[in-house]
Amino acid sequence: MPPREGTYGLLAEFDTPGDLVRAARQARQDGWRRLDCYTPYPVEEAAEAIGFHRNKVPLVTLVGGLMGLAAMFSLETWISTLAYPLNIGGRPTYSWPAFIVPAYEWTILFAGLSAAFGMLALNGLPALYHPLFNAPNFRDGATTDKFFLCLEALDPKFDLKETKVYLESFQPVSVVEVEY
Amino acid sequence: MATSEVKINDPGIDPATGEFRVIAPGQTFRSVTEKIARIVLTPTTPLGWFALFGIGGAVATMLLVAVVWLFLIGVGIWAITQPVAWGFAIINFVWWIGIGHAGTLISAILLLFKQTWRNSINRFAEAMTIFAVVCAGMFPLIHVGRPWLGYWLLPYPNTMNVWPQFRSPLLWDVFAVSTYATISVVFWYIGMVPDFGTMRDRAESKVAQYVYGMLSMGWRGSVRHWMRYETASLLLAGLATPLVLSVHTVISFDFAVAVLPGWHTTIFPPYFVAGAIYSGFAMVLTLAIPLRKFYHLEGLVTERHIDNMGKVMLATGFIVGYGYGMEAFMAWYSASHWEAFMFWNRMFGPMGWSYWVLVTCNLAIPLTTLWSRKLRTSIPFMFFISIVVNTGMWFERFVIFVTSLYRDFLPSSWGTYRATKWDYMTYVGTLGLFTALFLLFVRFLPMIPMSEIRMMLPGAKIKAKAAAEAGD
Repeated sequence: MPPREGTYGLLAEFDTPGDLVRAARQARQDGWRRLDCYTPYPVEEAAEAIGFHRNKVPLVTLVGGLMGLAAMFSLETWISTLAYPLNIGGRPTYSWPAFIVPAYEWTILFAGLSAAFGMLALNGLPALYHPLFNAPNFRDGATTDKFFLCLEALDPKFDLKETKVYLESFQPVSVVEVEY
Repeated sequence: MATSEVKINDPGIDPATGEFRVIAPGQTFRSVTEKIARIVLTPTTPLGWFALFGIGGAVATMLLVAVVWLFLIGVGIWAITQPVAWGFAIINFVWWIGIGHAGTLISAILLLFKQTWRNSINRFAEAMTIFAVVCAGMFPLIHVGRPWLGYWLLPYPNTMNVWPQFRSPLLWDVFAVSTYATISVVFWYIGMVPDFGTMRDRAESKVAQYVYGMLSMGWRGSVRHWMRYETASLLLAGLATPLVLSVHTVISFDFAVAVLPGWHTTIFPPYFVAGAIYSGFAMVLTLAIPLRKFYHLEGLVTERHIDNMGKVMLATGFIVGYGYGMEAFMAWYSASHWEAFMFWNRMFGPMGWSYWVLVTCNLAIPLTTLWSRKLRTSIPFMFFISIVVNTGMWFERFVIFVTSLYRDFLPSSWGTYRATKWDYMTYVGTLGLFTALFLLFVRFLPMIPMSEIRMMLPGAKIKAKAAAEAGD
């Protein structure tokens, strides 16, 4: 568990996504690993800059979809052949073409739910508390029109004074310390 | 047509392309956020909202009365009997589901095709989908006669040792519609999470902060989150696209699998899907045109959107027209006496008027006028067209169900269909319910996706030059 007191990190505020990406890329090049960017809309370049290239959402979705497919198709087969076989106009009890439709729908249902809830789980959401919201300028900016770079205290390179000077070299609007 | 004059020096037109702009010039991240968030976060609700909500609520109450009476007496209060055993309930079900389809088309298919103009209309189109599915889903449930046993449709272990029959298209419907409703709600909600974060951070009242805070689930805009979020949105769009095509296809199987002349045809799945999109876009226009006026959103929902929706309607309208043509052709080409009679009776029989209403509203008026860009960008005209097409599509369902059923193989079993006041009250009541739900959405949720609008603003893109300067 990370420490729950003291400094979470230093938060630099930028006016444009370009400034943010430049700073994030430089920080990553200088060896920072515990860092994150906060933007009011997805900025792919910022994710690339901090070395976040791929995620597991597609895998979760695929597994979910296959589970839905297998679950519904086996349920239909079991019901129609063993649990409750019905003679409908002399058609075979194992009428697999007719079973495709519900199995198809459940593939989509399970895949969709896995994509949505898998994404939230991987993001660690819902989260009732996060230290960043203690920063005075974060709430007004991060969800409206400002771009933030946060260098976290857990990074071995972190030092309150030196890191502040380092962040200020990117000419941000402001650098603030974020407490837990 | 003074309102539709297209001027070259109109500030709404992009000189580079000659097209109307997707967003009016001069908007910033903050200005769009404020404009959209203020509609919801304002402490004063416009009087017009209360007036409309009052009307919608009153009409929805009529639905409540009709449904209570239905539950007390039974489906005998409707006009359904032999030979027309499927009446208003099924017409309305298919009509409402079809309307919902445009929302999914806008949110999913146009996202996959990277049609960014859709961003400003996608949220309320999705809301329209959900409320349309709510209205649609009610009809089969109340039509089963004993709706409190509706759960019998689902496969679950029970003391009767009975299981559903998976070879019936009616059961396929259960899975298609329930999946469609679930995925639409999830897609809609996930799309709103970042905007809920914005609302949370901008709300002034404690209650609003608390509620939007819970809804936003602690969204903080981390780029790692954003990347997973974008992947999930894209995957949901990719899943919703085959889903939306399958839902109306499955619904059309309810008819196409039957051996009745007028239903037993392979053109039904594509023709139902195209018709669904046709009526859905008409409903989006019916909602968007008053909304942009009332909330002064002309800068975000521009003539470009209206124009593009007109083009989609033109295309789907022609597919629908092809469907009608094919039905007529097959009635002749099949050389089946019953098919030919059904079609003749559909056009010239005692209920033939409904066929000509359909042809007028779905083909004659829209497909001759939507070619004109001048008319497509004329707001009053497009509102008129949207009402016409919605009416036409309702009559299409009426024609398919009633005129295929009321004169079947034996003249001795011929009948007619005349809807009762309870049928009308239920139908009109769902329009009220839809209006009331939509007004609640507009009042309490961000109706335009702020984060997606920000992406389309001039400052959002990182200049290639700036990226090159940073090395890499």
